Amino acid sequence: MQPAEQRDEVEMLWLMLLIRRFEERASQQYQAQKIGGFCHLYIGQEAVVTGAIAAIRFDDYIITAYRDHAHALARGTSANACMAELFGKDTGCSRGLGGSMHFFDKEHHMYGGHAIVGAHVPLACGLAFACKYRNEDRVTLCFFGDGAINQGSFHEALNLAALFKLPVIFICENNLFAMGTSVERSTSLKQIVDRAEGYDIPGCVVDGMNFRHVRDTLSEVVESIRKDPHPAFVEARTYRYRGHSMSDPASYRTKDQLEKYRLDDPITRLRAQLTREGKLTNEKFDELDKEAKQIALESVKFAEQSDEPPLEKLYDYTYANSGVEAGVSPATKDSAADTAAATK
Amino acid sequence: MNMREITYRQALNEALTEELARDPNVFLMGEEVAEYKGAYKVSQGLLERFGPKRIIDTPISENGFAGLGVGAAMVGLRPIIEFMTFSFSFVAFDQVVNNAPNMLTMSGGQFNIPITFRGPNGPAHQLGATHSHATECLYANVPGLKVCTPATPRDAKGLLKTAVRDNNPVLVLESELLYSSKGMIEPAEMELLIPLGQAEIKREGSDVTIVCYAQTVALALAVAEKFEDEDISAEVLDLRSIKPLDERAIYDSVAKTHRVVIVEQDRPFCGVGAEVCYRIQKNIFDELDAPIGRVSQEDVPMPYNERLEKAVLPNEEKLIAAVKKVCYA
Repeated sequence: MQPAEQRDEVEMLWLMLLIRRFEERASQQYQAQKIGGFCHLYIGQEAVVTGAIAAIRFDDYIITAYRDHAHALARGTSANACMAELFGKDTGCSRGLGGSMHFFDKEHHMYGGHAIVGAHVPLACGLAFACKYRNEDRVTLCFFGDGAINQGSFHEALNLAALFKLPVIFICENNLFAMGTSVERSTSLKQIVDRAEGYDIPGCVVDGMNFRHVRDTLSEVVESIRKDPHPAFVEARTYRYRGHSMSDPASYRTKDQLEKYRLDDPITRLRAQLTREGKLTNEKFDELDKEAKQIALESVKFAEQSDEPPLEKLYDYTYANSGVEAGVSPATKDSAADTAAATK
Repeated sequence: MNMREITYRQALNEALTEELARDPNVFLMGEEVAEYKGAYKVSQGLLERFGPKRIIDTPISENGFAGLGVGAAMVGLRPIIEFMTFSFSFVAFDQVVNNAPNMLTMSGGQFNIPITFRGPNGPAHQLGATHSHATECLYANVPGLKVCTPATPRDAKGLLKTAVRDNNPVLVLESELLYSSKGMIEPAEMELLIPLGQAEIKREGSDVTIVCYAQTVALALAVAEKFEDEDISAEVLDLRSIKPLDERAIYDSVAKTHRVVIVEQDRPFCGVGAEVCYRIQKNIFDELDAPIGRVSQEDVPMPYNERLEKAVLPNEEKLIAAVKKVCYA
């Protein structure tokens, strides 16, 4: 898959379709008990991650919470590797050891997949800290839900990011519910973006159902951060069509609310925009959708046919090779001057 | 080789200085580590030498900066995160037990976390219940973490340097009561790396093995000396690392003395001593001439009152009684 910056809107529409068709297959396979544990679907929120990815370079970092399938797919992790991970297979993006909530893909700069709500927000600061430390102009995108913004780790991370002027964009995917608790029942603020103000971090709100709005807003933010490292906060207002996880019938919300958002579907909207502008025909759309469905279907076959992680490797991933040769030896030359130069 | 005498504090400072000088990916972060020079002055002179980019003061925000360290380690930096005391590490518990050690497995081997968490651990003097935790048993319980507990300046330097170079999360549990203690160490121009998972016999003996670590090493040595008058020759085995645990050294010593007392600085229930005890009886039961003895803290929150605090901690009286019991003396 090409780096995001080279992809045009039709390709990004295709990416949204791929995410949706993949998730639909995952849902089906979960019900067929091929997938274990928890499984949180992203259906309805596709414009947020695709819009954000379209605004960054391939070498930028992204990190997210447990609703992470789409983020890996958007980064370029293959549907095969994603589905195989859900199946707990050795060919999965985390070798079947992470599962739905812990997708990782180093090659595509996808730093997880983190399942303790809010706990990865400080990690995002660390990724951004490393970029600044090395004088790189990468930005880090840190995705999380509206449920994360009341965790201590979130607040500590925002304060550190502001204090250290870290090049990180905090993207709150506000889908109105932290599991079954609505934002009004969890958060003292009228709007989530105001959290940023408390840390002197510039914030803005985007329509998370509108690919172009997400991409264009994020592009501006990214550009400003590359020039001069600093954190930013984006509240993306979006909606998940499914429950919190597969076991959630979502009885805490009304059918009317769901229908209202379905009418505002991010895929339908981008399709309409492109069609209106003569950039997309119905035939082309059907072709893209067919391809996405085919890839999703094949990923299930791939996952089914893949091997499980070998039992004899159970202990292989607990510790990395220490890399230390212990003992007493003459000291290495003091290279403080080189060190200072290297980190300037 | 001209050995020299330095303090535990100086030894840690040397280790930090050498590793910061050696590897530009190493940085030190924590509360008061830079301008204040460390709450216990361990990082004296580092800010002047390495600058604010690498010696970084943080707000009181343990979860935040511990997590920042883990994130930075994901992309190859080698953070040294100082907790002002490990009693405060509980505020960052999720980062230390969930994010740092799980990442390698959860990512299918893609992300190792080369991070060092260090700072004083264990009871100090009249700090009360919240500031007196001995955390080694909690952290050693977590797969993916390594835990070491240096008792001497030499071990402090050698273990900290090794920890910084290790590609895994390592906890270096220092001790507030040991910072000013002195000990002999190789000359500054020698590079000293003590492997994790290697215990050391701090005193040879033939009648009983006293297994100890961290603050209890000095206690064990003092008691061993007292037993000389009673013709009981005690061997003092300093574990130095809790995880990995040097089982070989324990078994070798027990096979020689056939009697063991474990003196730990943590609490008895699910403590380090319980694990060591299990392994000894499981693996060399036939070598034992007496049931294994154990001296721990009392199983209560640490009282502030000095007399009561002393009663909670392992002390000479308790250790002497335990040694006598296993020696049927």
